Amino acid sequence: MSREWFSLARWWSIVLKEVLQLRRDRITLAMIVGIPLVQISLFGFAINNDPRHLPTAVIAADHSEITRSLIAGLQNSSYFEVTETLPDEAAGARALAQGRVQFVLNIPADFTVRLIRGERPAVLLEADATDPSATGNALSAASGILQGVIDKDFKGPLAALAGGAAPFEMRLHRLYNPEGITQYNIVPGLMGVILTLTLVLMTGLAITRERERGTMENLLATPVLPLEVMTGKILPYIVIGLIQTTIIMLAAHFMFRVPFVGSVLALYLAALLFIAASLTVGITLSSLAGNQLQAMQMTMFYFLPNILLSGFMFPFRGMPQWAQVLGSVLPLTHFNRLVRGIMLKGNGWVELWPDVWPILLFTVLVMGVALRFYRRTLD
Amino acid sequence: MKAAAAIDVRELSKRFGDKLVVDRVSLQVQRGEIFGFLGPNGSGKTTSIRMMCGLLTPDGGEGHCLGYDIRREAAQIKRQVGYMTQRFSYWEDLSIRENLDFVARLYQLPRRREAVDRALEDLGLASRARQLTGTLSGGWKQRLALAACMLHEPQLLLLDEPTAGVDPSARRDFWEELHRLAARGISVLVSTHYMDEAERCHKLAYIAYGRLLVQGRGEEVIASQKLSTWRLEGEDLVNLAQRLERTPGVAQVIAFGAALHVSSHDAGLMDTLRVLPGVRRVETIATGLEDVFVYLMSHADDNFRQGAP
Repeated sequence: MSREWFSLARWWSIVLKEVLQLRRDRITLAMIVGIPLVQISLFGFAINNDPRHLPTAVIAADHSEITRSLIAGLQNSSYFEVTETLPDEAAGARALAQGRVQFVLNIPADFTVRLIRGERPAVLLEADATDPSATGNALSAASGILQGVIDKDFKGPLAALAGGAAPFEMRLHRLYNPEGITQYNIVPGLMGVILTLTLVLMTGLAITRERERGTMENLLATPVLPLEVMTGKILPYIVIGLIQTTIIMLAAHFMFRVPFVGSVLALYLAALLFIAASLTVGITLSSLAGNQLQAMQMTMFYFLPNILLSGFMFPFRGMPQWAQVLGSVLPLTHFNRLVRGIMLKGNGWVELWPDVWPILLFTVLVMGVALRFYRRTLD
Repeated sequence: MKAAAAIDVRELSKRFGDKLVVDRVSLQVQRGEIFGFLGPNGSGKTTSIRMMCGLLTPDGGEGHCLGYDIRREAAQIKRQVGYMTQRFSYWEDLSIRENLDFVARLYQLPRRREAVDRALEDLGLASRARQLTGTLSGGWKQRLALAACMLHEPQLLLLDEPTAGVDPSARRDFWEELHRLAARGISVLVSTHYMDEAERCHKLAYIAYGRLLVQGRGEEVIASQKLSTWRLEGEDLVNLAQRLERTPGVAQVIAFGAALHVSSHDAGLMDTLRVLPGVRRVETIATGLEDVFVYLMSHADDNFRQGAP
């Protein structure tokens, strides 16, 4: 049996050829540089499981030295940031449902009077506990903060109240997910993640495959219109998306026992909207990609920030401002809020709208890009 | 609309980046004519064909295809033209029937099932209709492609190297089919590299480096180059050929089996050839298409360089 020995010269020629090819493949180059950079910046800076400066609304029916110092104490802890003052509980409930604030601090009208009388009045701190990791640390910090306020403020005539049992009570309400079950947050979030991955990838591949195999030229030579090709290729994936939605919904209900408070129809409508957004991304990527491999790489490039910045894996409000801005552009961020809002909070149209229009806008803009780049002829 | 020429394009140009791929090509194909489009690889044949059927927008020039403007009426052209791409471009993961059916749907044929059945019958593939297209041999793929682009009964066929990689007997069948179609009044523009195929065309055009060098009937193309050709027999043909190439007045020397074909613009060269050492026999022969095309190909380069600034 004859044996071929390893030839350094041959080996080196392969190396050179690979380098040459790589140098011409700008997408791979961008991915080689881009992925580590993206990962480092996301994991290193953006991901924060101890989110602070969480938006908090205050319903203060009582204005006194003590309530002011209570609010100041919460602010100083850096966990809470008072972003608005609301007139009543209904407004507070709406702010929580829309996800505008993470907490609502409710101070009753006769709080100071009852406090001085020693009746141990209660303040109510309501939390949107959909994502337990976003609120957990802030909630456990809350009682310590209040103790600090007491130690500092209850001097002189009030010193008697400071000793012994706390002079007032803080009631915590974990709304939507009282037991802090992580699955309640993760499983609905998975819906958007899976839809993103499969739909963007599949449409991307489906269209680049035509180009790669030369069949696109054949299609373009027939009377069929580009828009027909695009939309016709999309339709099966819309159905696939709806099937996936159903599977995840059933799994959420039967396997993870995630409560479903809202309307199934609303969820399907939200899913359709999100599917549309993902498909337009897929088409756009496919009109930019030269072949299937590039389409796959681009999908991953799109998928990564979606996973990390959308609030799926990590609390959205734990990210720095720039990451939140980036995240707000991505449809998955809003779809996650829609799904959680519908399933866990039972939100209706008014509460959902703030997360519907960003997806609509995104879809329209990306569609514009797709139509701009779609090759009508072969030029 | 009058019975316009099947193809009538003037001064078509196309640029990719800063490379001029097609340079002011004008050609006319009459109805019912088989028009051969010849030229080396990369000479701009495919690009020209794509412009004629509206797949590419020309950068310069204008023209009509079946009476429709190639710039503005691409949609009408597509409905009445059958275009067969150079590379097999049907879906290999679809069966034969599925492919035909898909194409029939794209053209919205009124009696789709019948049309597909008839096509399968004509192809002789009725029994294999469910076979995946990817498993067909090259010759069958080519027949399927022709059947598919004939499905909507086009008035004009644009065939881009349809017989590349097809065996001789399948090629012969294919050309017989083309002549049957032409007899029915269908016009055919076919690009090819094969001389025997060129000889079966009613008219020919030769393109090189994006420029159309000559067009007309076979005899006209041959006559246009004003070449005289002789067949030489002798000893040590390789050396003889080299010597001949250096002989003044010789335009080209091509080896043909046990003989050499020598062409020249000087009809009186025969006397020179006869007395060359090593030459046993010289006879005057008719200049063939192949002689002319080889001549055109080797001189196109020079012309092109001279023409360039």
